[in-house]
Amino acid sequence: MASQTLDSGSKRKRRKQAPEAEGSSGALYPKWYWPSFTSPGAVWLVFLFLLPFYTILAVAFGTVDPAFQTPLPVFQPWWWSFQTFSTTLQKFYGDPAIFQQPAIRTFLYVFTASMICLVVGYAVAYYAARYAGKYRILILILLVSPFWISYLMRIYAWQSLLQPDGYINRFLEAIGVIGQPVNWLAGKPITVILGLVYGYIPFMILPLFGSLDRINQSMLEAGRDLGAGPSQTFRRVTLPLSKPAILAGLVIVSLPMFGDYYTNNLLGSTKTSMFGNLIDDAVSESGRGPEAGSLVLILMVIVIVPMLYYLRETKRAAEEA
Amino acid sequence: MSDATLTAVRPVAAAPGGWFRNPWRKPRFLQAITIGYLFWSLVPVVIAVLFSFNAGRSRSTWQGFSMRWWTGDQFDSLFHDPALRAAMLQTFKLSTITVLIAVPIGTAFAIGIDRWHGRPAQPANFTMLFSFVVPEIILGVSFFLLFTYVIKSMIPLGTTAQSLGLITFQMSYPVIIVRARLLSIGPEYEEAALDLGAKPNQALRRVLLPLLAPAILASVAVVFADSVDDFVTVRYLSGAANTEPLSVKIYGAARGSPTPAVNAAATVMLISTMLVIVLGYLLYRKVSKGSGDANVASFAQL
Repeated sequence: MASQTLDSGSKRKRRKQAPEAEGSSGALYPKWYWPSFTSPGAVWLVFLFLLPFYTILAVAFGTVDPAFQTPLPVFQPWWWSFQTFSTTLQKFYGDPAIFQQPAIRTFLYVFTASMICLVVGYAVAYYAARYAGKYRILILILLVSPFWISYLMRIYAWQSLLQPDGYINRFLEAIGVIGQPVNWLAGKPITVILGLVYGYIPFMILPLFGSLDRINQSMLEAGRDLGAGPSQTFRRVTLPLSKPAILAGLVIVSLPMFGDYYTNNLLGSTKTSMFGNLIDDAVSESGRGPEAGSLVLILMVIVIVPMLYYLRETKRAAEEA
Repeated sequence: MSDATLTAVRPVAAAPGGWFRNPWRKPRFLQAITIGYLFWSLVPVVIAVLFSFNAGRSRSTWQGFSMRWWTGDQFDSLFHDPALRAAMLQTFKLSTITVLIAVPIGTAFAIGIDRWHGRPAQPANFTMLFSFVVPEIILGVSFFLLFTYVIKSMIPLGTTAQSLGLITFQMSYPVIIVRARLLSIGPEYEEAALDLGAKPNQALRRVLLPLLAPAILASVAVVFADSVDDFVTVRYLSGAANTEPLSVKIYGAARGSPTPAVNAAATVMLISTMLVIVLGYLLYRKVSKGSGDANVASFAQL
């Protein structure tokens, strides 16, 4: 969502250079005029975005009150202790590597779910952009509507359907696929993966739709005229043109999946717990504050590269537009 | 398959793979996937809404229609259970506070960033966009740690902390939406106003703000709807049970043994977000009439 419009300022700057150079309007504004518009938001971000971020470091590298088991954040970097952090890191590869399984599972689930999102999402976006015809507006509304239904309600709806006496089991029994009710909610990877797909696939479809919709029809016709078959046209024209949207879509669906804990808590069990669950469990228990901070830091390291990639790509897309 | 389609397909299909290579064939496969997807994505929600009218306690077996879980039951129904009523109130309180603070600050930020090319503008903008893509659990936990262990004595967990967290997370929506609009209207109208003798504040109030009205409206709708649905941040920042909004109550109940009253609560959330979005869209269309971009597609791109 908003992928096309994210950071659209750079294009503007180019266009604005001319009038500014002539000094037609710039002189009328006092020097402090525009900065004063930005400052409330900027000050807010410093105190309520950067400071909380720094708090993660202060707690992760801080200590724990020996009597009350509450974290004592340390804000001075020169007094930081990295003991909790390295202990936490050890749990991923050390001897009792209790965090290893959830970490591996997270990568597997996120990868599988993102790929399913891409394949299904591409087909749906392609149809909506190319063939929807007179149903275009209707299909677009239906594609957008999951955004405005609470994620929780959508997963809760599936939780109800997947109950042992729910409609999924009854349907599968009726058509003879299963002999007796399956307990879908007892930690089955497929349930959690499909839950993730269900939750995040709308974020994949919209950028793909936007990109496929913008492809000029005459490019495809040119491909055909030059002798390419339908599959060749797709492979050599449509696919390359939609590549930025594919990558952006993959990033935007996988980022929240890495931090997701509620899908597994509602549709899975400890057998399917993910990275997000490790964080959520650590936050909920007293005395594990520094560990929670360390885990959030590790998650941050995992997602920072795709995040920066996404921000750079959207900026470039805006400049090219 | 009906006879008509069979005969229509057969001549082309005579050559091996001929039907597949025919560029004018109907995209039946894609159509099936799309219809299947839409069915899969929306029918579970419709069923969940219907089950709020279930006569029994079950949320998976239909036992007849009743208003029991909405108003009928004197203790457990949505409008009688004091906990659920408080949660509804908390949801609307938080969303309203968030809209009232996040939209003005975000709008001003967008205008400032767009017009001011000073050195600090770039990092400020980057931080704002960063807060838009960062996984919510990271922001939620960092707020939790801040409010629990650092400024506990000043701001305890609860409504104030929840509002501060929500506003931070939601502020980027108006920034992105308003900036896109600023880009499309350009600086010319304002320059004309200034040339005609308007003071900067007059140009802002009488030219720029009316032009930005559709984007501001859209931001209000998006921020309100997204705040109602928010769950991660408000859950970590809710202190006692009485500051838990509907989303957190639903999560808690879903992990225990929920009654269809939870379905009713979720339906209230669904109706309020849909109502705000539809209302926002209708106003958006009315305000941006004549500027040529007032269609579902452009609203959806927001």
